[in-house]
Parts: sequence; structure tokens; C-alpha cells
Amino acid sequence: MPHSVDQKAEALPSAEVEMAEAATDESANQGAAEDVDMTDATETQTSEATKSEAKELGAFEKGQERNGMASDTGGIKVEDLFDMDSDDEEFPSSAMPVKKEASDSPDLLPSSPSDAGPVQHSGSDPELLRTFYQRLFPWRYFFQWLNHSPQPTLDFEHRELSFMLSNDAVMRYQSYRTADLLRKDVLRLMPTRIEIGPVYSTNPRERKLLQNAGSFRPVSKELCFDIDLTDYDDIRTCCDKANICIKCWQFMTMAIKVINAALRDDFGFKHIMWVYSGRRGIHAWISDKSARTLDDSKRKVIAGYLEVIVGGAQSGKRVNLRRPLHPHLTRSIDLLKSHFQDDVLEAQDPWRSPERADKLLQMLPDTELREALKRKWDASPERSSELKWKDIDAVAKTVTSKNFDPKALLDAKQDIVLEYTYPRLDINVSKKLNHLLKSPFVIHPGTGRVCVPVDLRTFEDFDPLSVPTIQQLIHEIDAWKEPEVKSEKGVHDWEKTSLKPYIEYFRTHVNALMRDEKDVKVKRERDGEDNGDLW
Amino acid sequence: MNRIDNKRRNVVDHRKKQYADPAYKETQYPHRLNFYATPPTADITLEQFEQWAIDRLRVLAEIEACSFRNKSPVEAAAHMRPLLEKYLPLDSNSSSSTQLSAQRQKDHYSHFILRLAFSSTKELRQRFARVETMLFRLRFNADDTRERQAFVESLNLDWEPVPDEEKRKFATELIATVISSYGKKAYQSIDEEQFYRVDWTRVPDLVEQRKVFLRAGKAYVPAKELQSLVVTEFTARLEKSLELTARALPRLDEDDRLTPILDHLSKNFVAPDAGYSGGNSAIDGAEITARNIDNLSQHFPMCMTVLHRTLRRDSKLKHFGRLQYTLFLKGIGLSLDESLTFWRQSFNKMTDDTFNKEYRYNFRHSYGDVGGDSNRRGGGYTPYSCQKILTEHAPGPGEAHGCPYRHMNMENLAVQLQASGVTDPAVLRGVGEDKEKQKFHLACNRVFEHLHAKELKQAKDERIMTASQLETIVHPNEYFKRSYLLKNMGKAQPGGGGDVKMEG
Repeated sequence: MPHSVDQKAEALPSAEVEMAEAATDESANQGAAEDVDMTDATETQTSEATKSEAKELGAFEKGQERNGMASDTGGIKVEDLFDMDSDDEEFPSSAMPVKKEASDSPDLLPSSPSDAGPVQHSGSDPELLRTFYQRLFPWRYFFQWLNHSPQPTLDFEHRELSFMLSNDAVMRYQSYRTADLLRKDVLRLMPTRIEIGPVYSTNPRERKLLQNAGSFRPVSKELCFDIDLTDYDDIRTCCDKANICIKCWQFMTMAIKVINAALRDDFGFKHIMWVYSGRRGIHAWISDKSARTLDDSKRKVIAGYLEVIVGGAQSGKRVNLRRPLHPHLTRSIDLLKSHFQDDVLEAQDPWRSPERADKLLQMLPDTELREALKRKWDASPERSSELKWKDIDAVAKTVTSKNFDPKALLDAKQDIVLEYTYPRLDINVSKKLNHLLKSPFVIHPGTGRVCVPVDLRTFEDFDPLSVPTIQQLIHEIDAWKEPEVKSEKGVHDWEKTSLKPYIEYFRTHVNALMRDEKDVKVKRERDGEDNGDLW
Repeated sequence: MNRIDNKRRNVVDHRKKQYADPAYKETQYPHRLNFYATPPTADITLEQFEQWAIDRLRVLAEIEACSFRNKSPVEAAAHMRPLLEKYLPLDSNSSSSTQLSAQRQKDHYSHFILRLAFSSTKELRQRFARVETMLFRLRFNADDTRERQAFVESLNLDWEPVPDEEKRKFATELIATVISSYGKKAYQSIDEEQFYRVDWTRVPDLVEQRKVFLRAGKAYVPAKELQSLVVTEFTARLEKSLELTARALPRLDEDDRLTPILDHLSKNFVAPDAGYSGGNSAIDGAEITARNIDNLSQHFPMCMTVLHRTLRRDSKLKHFGRLQYTLFLKGIGLSLDESLTFWRQSFNKMTDDTFNKEYRYNFRHSYGDVGGDSNRRGGGYTPYSCQKILTEHAPGPGEAHGCPYRHMNMENLAVQLQASGVTDPAVLRGVGEDKEKQKFHLACNRVFEHLHAKELKQAKDERIMTASQLETIVHPNEYFKRSYLLKNMGKAQPGGGGDVKMEG
């Protein structure tokens, strides 16, 4: 951390370092804490300065002001620090003169670090990370995605971003006015992880200056979903815990299919983006205005509507649905049927072992049927799940008892199909407006993979294991050769890498979102509402 | 002050004028139900003011208690009927009651008095809106069909009927939702069913339970589900006007007769299930330390026993499990240091580093050792009550928290119970029945009584514990405390000193 440490900073009773999931031992991270405290002090001063010095300061100057203050507190001119930061010796061409368009288009020269061979497999190598943030992260589209407009609005300025630093300290309540200011600060802090929170009613940085704590409250955020393969551990046989392979990834494909259909057809949301979380899960971000402004109770409703698999590990049969099935479930079964055959019965073979077959038996109705099946399967161990599944109907025909109800069996079979295919949502992520979720395009620290959006047109072919890693990307920039015919526009660094299709997809998504948002605004202006204070 | 002068002078300014209008004096109550849109304007006596408010408060408190006890709507209605008749009767138009107008006036006025009393803080507002909604729903369901229809029409809610053409287009879907929600008998034919198309956000509970067909953000609500629409509308409007009341409250034009009454009312509206105060939880003489937890766990209620077993089996607990368990341990008097030791030792499959990085902070946060000002000042979180465990955060995949009587199926529950020494088939059957009827706290108390049968008898015989100390347990920490004291009766009170401790 190229920061001077402010020694006077006594552990202020400040909640600036708020640990989200992870926590840190204070003594071990003294440096971080102080660093952060300083930021806090800076904030306060800045805001006061901003207050007293009227508002004619341009946005950019304000940012400068902020940085200037930081330097005063630390006793070092912050400009120097920044120069050092951006004039990285190894990447002179990527120096960041603060010009408007430059946010993600550094110079063309493919200057390369000489030693950038295949480095150790880690997503948090500071040098690689710096290059990534400097040259590859799509700051501009990221900004537009959260801002819903090319010009800075409060949607971005009041948005909470939270950084996890390399020492695992978490800085909450960061906010920025423009993409450039954000980029600068990210390069200064070099977070290993960036999380996105809600838009607040006031600027998150100024939350402590408010007289009335109630006036700082979350007002909007994308509706989010989180699906994690660890939740499939009791039904997948190929991998467990954090490991994944293309076989169990099919559960994610099914999840996208089902949830996407419901969000689109049932709730009428249009701007849905699915993002690979870098290791074993996916996130969905729904940016429609109607979704962003949902309050907690409405989010809970959507979560409840989509949640089918209930109860913990010990609840027994976990899908118990009313009949006839709700249209959403009928559609889901239609979408999932073929996956159940191919990706579950064949690929996972979930009931091969006798213990697991017992689990299947427990979910079936009628004692006579269960006993008959048990006898049959005990006689031929190692019978595949596919055959066992077929056995159910075959054996059912031989059941003679009067109480046997074929309808109940059919229902139970449907429930089983759902239990083994229906998406398992981490529902708490979706329920709360102020839940933080990892941003797209950051690097997963464990795998080094970029959290890329999943193209909905080709999501069935998405292979998480072929998602580019940070090492690979940097390598690709270096390996890139300038084409014979130079295009006039120049080439962005990301266009030289395999990140290109993902960023292009992101751009398309963002543009469509902004177009819709603009239409709404035009309408509003026509209604005679003053729009001026939005920027 | 000129405020008083104004009153004395009885100036008819524009605000007073409307009160002078006789149309307001005689508020008409054509319907039994009321959306409480217009505030009352006539004069009532101070005694009425207080008495009416107290009567309504009684009713609301009891309604809330019903929801805490997880009563079904039908049970709650049966339970509430005598109370409502006594304190807040409302007869239908068709009844020949001569009290119609007076009853409705009381209902109307008492609602507005309580609005004043409960608009001051956000918590009170939310709670008031919640219980008022419950009361409204109760009455709505009990209303005469025709009168209900008339009332709904008088509300002028804009609902768009689904045209026949569209109805036929989505016939399969619509029929499925109707039959699954009301059964085959209720359904006649698609042409007879009337549907309304509304924004899905207006019928959240129907959407959450998948009782309506959704398409492009619109819910197709069967006419039978009118209730949900009306109730949601009621809540929304009430919340909005409570907000307005709160803002107007500081400017209440009032002499000092009403404020004390209002204060008194809002203070008395404490939940029957208030947080378990840390003060009375610690037990003298018990060794509450990390290494003694295994030994103490024999006194834990099932919800905590299950967590403890899961923790011992997996050396890990998921987030809500950790939260529920650590707060319980905090409640029985485990200090922060001991707690950290306990968790560190229990999570024995991870390195110190991982533990410190990912978990230590959370445990400290729940003890109020770190975090924001309010967290630290408040000493962290309070241990969860049964109510909270039953209703919030139902366990998901791989999670072991929650109430076993509610969230486990009977087979798994029986296994857990047998592991705790509950083998008597009669008790197990009783638990099963309780579970079936959703009387989870009864099941838990049944198990407690079974496990402590001998001690309870002794305690009763020797009058060591008073009746109030033996009433139904509604908090896991209470379960522990009582269990510990009962099992240690002999040791804890060699000279009858136990009694004193019991008061603690």
C-alpha cells in the first residue's frame, strides 16, 4: 500500500471497516485499519469543505479536492502518489492521463512486462491485478450499467461499492461520481474483490454527517439471484464442495433456463444478466427499473414464488407441491424433463449406490411398491439410475393393493424430477435490498477467473472451465499482433483478448438498458416534471 | 399564547369551518367494515377516549398473540370471536341491532386514537399496521357476502376484468391456479369464473404462494381472491397515513390532557414475547465455559441440541445456524472469550487463519464487541426467541437451524428425539400430533415435561417453583434455565437457598 500511515489515527469508533462475510483480526491488520481510518477522516473533511465551498465546484474538481485532502492528512502530496501509481514503470503506455474517453482505452503500444510468463495460479497477484484494472476492466460500461445513463446521475453517485483489500479488510460505503474517479481509487486501493450494494437516499460517504439516521436508507438495487453448486452436493455425484466440472455445471444451465423464463414471462423483466461467479456459481442481475425499486417485502415475494425446494438437509422429501401444478411449475418441468434424463440420470447416476437408492425409495408413495422395488434392486446392485427410474413404472403395474393410487405416484415422480433439477437459490441474496453481491468482471481470487457475463443466446454451451483467467488475458495482450490494416479507431486492450466477446455482450446489454431508461425519462420530461436535479 | 386565544375566540377560520360543517358531525357508517379514510370529527369525552382505546388495544394484543402462537386463521377467528364481541362488537347491517351506529363509531374512533399513539416510531407503526391488518382480515372474512361486495364496490379500486377472449387463451393456466387453490369443487367452468388483471405487486401474498397466474408482470386474480386485494390495499393505505400522522404529530394541537394517555397506551403495547433479557439468564453456580458445553447440552432444547450435534458431526455450521447457536450460548451466560474458544475448538477442520479471517468477527459482532455504535451500545444481538426461530429464515439446503418441530419431518425429528432419550411412543405420538396441528411450542414443552417429569413433580410437591415459573416455555434460553435448575435442584439449594436463585 503506497500510503503514508497516519499515526495519530487511534482506532476511531468508526464502522468504516465493516466486515461483510469475512472478518479480520485487528492486530494483524493494524495497517489496514489505520489506512481506512484515514480515509474516513478524509471523507469528513472533504464533505465539510464541499459544504462550505459552495456547489459550483465541478464534479471533477470535487474529486480532486477529495484526493488533495487525503494528501494533507497523510503529509504527502497525493498527486505524487497517483503519478507513481499510474506511471507504472512497466506499462508506460498505459499511463492514465485523465481524459474523458480514456477510461478503458489506453495507448495502443502493446508494451509487455518481460517476465509475464505463466505465473503462479492466483487471482490476486498484485501486478497482474493492477494491469487488469488498468487495461481490461470495462469501467465505462460498468459505470453505465449501474448509472443507466451516459451522464453521471445519482444512481451511480449514491451507490455503495465495497472493496475487499488484499489483507481481507473490507471497506464499505465507498461511492464515486464518475467511472474515472472510481477507476483511480480502485488502482490506489487494489481491491481483490469489488461488491455492489444499493443506491442510497444520500451519498453513502456522507452518511455520518446526517442529523437524522433515518434519512440514510437504501432506495434501489438490481434484483439479484445467487445459485451455488455447493447446494447441489446431495444430488451431484461428480464433484463436491468448491469443485465443479462440466457435468455438474449442467445444473446451472438448467437454473438459468428456468429462472430466466420465469423472470421474463411471468414478471415481465427484460434486462437480465447472468454472471459466472468465478468458481462454482452464477449470479443474476435484473436491472429493469421496476425490479430495482422493489422493496424488501416484494423481493421476498419473488423469492418465494421461485423457491420450490424447501427445508434443510433433514426435512425428508423437499418438494411437496399442490396439484394441479402452477403454470410456472408446469413450464419448469417441461424445460427440465430432458435435462433430468440426460444430465441427471445418465451423467450423475444419483441412485446407483444402495444408500442413495434408499433415498429415492423414501420419496415414493405406497409401501407395497417400495418393498417390491427394494427387493428388485437388492437383487441386482449396481443397477443404473436410469434403469431404476424405469423400474418404478414397471413395478407399479404389478402392485395389486387397492390403496395404490397411480396419480400419487405420478405426482411423486414429478416432485422427484423437480428435486433433482429445479434451481436451488440462495434465497437470502434476493430478499434484501441492501445485500452486497460481487461485481461482474472482477477476478475470483481463488481461481483467477474473470466473473464474466453469460451470453443468454449461447448459455447452454457455456463452459466455466474455459473462462479466461487473469494470467491468460495478460498473456494475450502481449501476444497480440497489430493487424496489417490499421483500423482508424484504435484497439482497446480488451479487444486483443478472449475477454472480448464478454465485454461486447455486456456492452449490448448496457446499451439496451440505457435505451429503455431514456425512453422513460423522455416521457417524464414530457409530463412536465423537472429533470434538472438529476445531474 | 395566541393559540389559546384563538380557541377562546372560536374564530371560524377555514380549518375550523370544515368542522363546523354538520356533514362531518354526523359521520355515516353505511358499511360494517371501514378503511378509516376520514378522521373522526365529533366530540367524545375523555373517558371514552381512553376506554375505547384500551378496548381496541386488548383486541389487537390478543390478535398478535394468536399469530405468535401460530394459530391458523380459523383457530384465530374462533379464539377472537368472544373477545371481539365483548370489546369491539360490530354487527352487520342485516342484524337488528340498535347499536350499529355506536359500535361503528367506537371502532372508527378507537382506530384513530391508536393511530396517534402508535405513529411515533417506525417499529410501532409497522407493528400497528400489521395487527390492524390482521383485525381487518378477520372481519372481512366474517362479513356477510353481500355486504362485503357492497363494501368493496364502494372502495372504487380500479381492477381490470380479464376479457373472455384472453380468458380462453390462457384457460389451462387459469384453471390450474383456481383448482389448486380452491379444490375441484369450487371450480365450475372457465366462463363462469371472473378474473381481474392487476399489477403483481398489488397481490404479493397470492404471488408468493403461487396462487395466481402471472404473465408479463400482471397477476390474473380470481374473483374469489378479492380478500387479498382488499387487504393489501388496506395495509398500503394505512401505512401511508401512519407516515403522515407521524409527520403531523409534533404539531399536534393539544392541551396536556391527551399526550399522557397516548404515551401510556403506546408503552403498554409491549409484545408478550419481549426479548429475553440478559439479566435473568445467567445461573449462579453453573460452570458455563467452552469445555463444559458438551456436558451442558443435555439441558438444551431440541433446536439447540440439533445444532450442537451438527456442529460436532461436521465441525461446521452454516451462517444462520452459527447465529442462532452462538446467541443462545451468549444467553446462557457464555462469555465472549469462552465463546471464541468454543467455536475455535469446534471448527477444528480449519486453520487459525481461516477462522480468524472469516468467523471471528461475526462472533464478536453478535456479542457487540465490534460493529457500529448502536450494535456495541446494545451489547450485540439478543438471543432468538421461539417466535423468531419459528418464523424467520426457514432452513435451506444443508442448514440445521430453525425449530426441529417445525422444520424437520417426523422421521428425522424422531431420530433426534430418541437420541435425546425420548423413547416413549406415547410422547412421540403426541409430538407428531402437535406437529400436525402446528403447535410447535406445545411439542417442545411436551418433550420438556417428559424429560423432567420426576423433577417437575418434586418441584411442584415441594413448592419450590411457583406456577408462573412453570408456564409454557417460549424461549430456548428459558428452556435451558429451567432444565438446569430442575436437574440441579438437590445441589443448588442445600438450605432452601434455591428459591432465591429462582427469582434472579
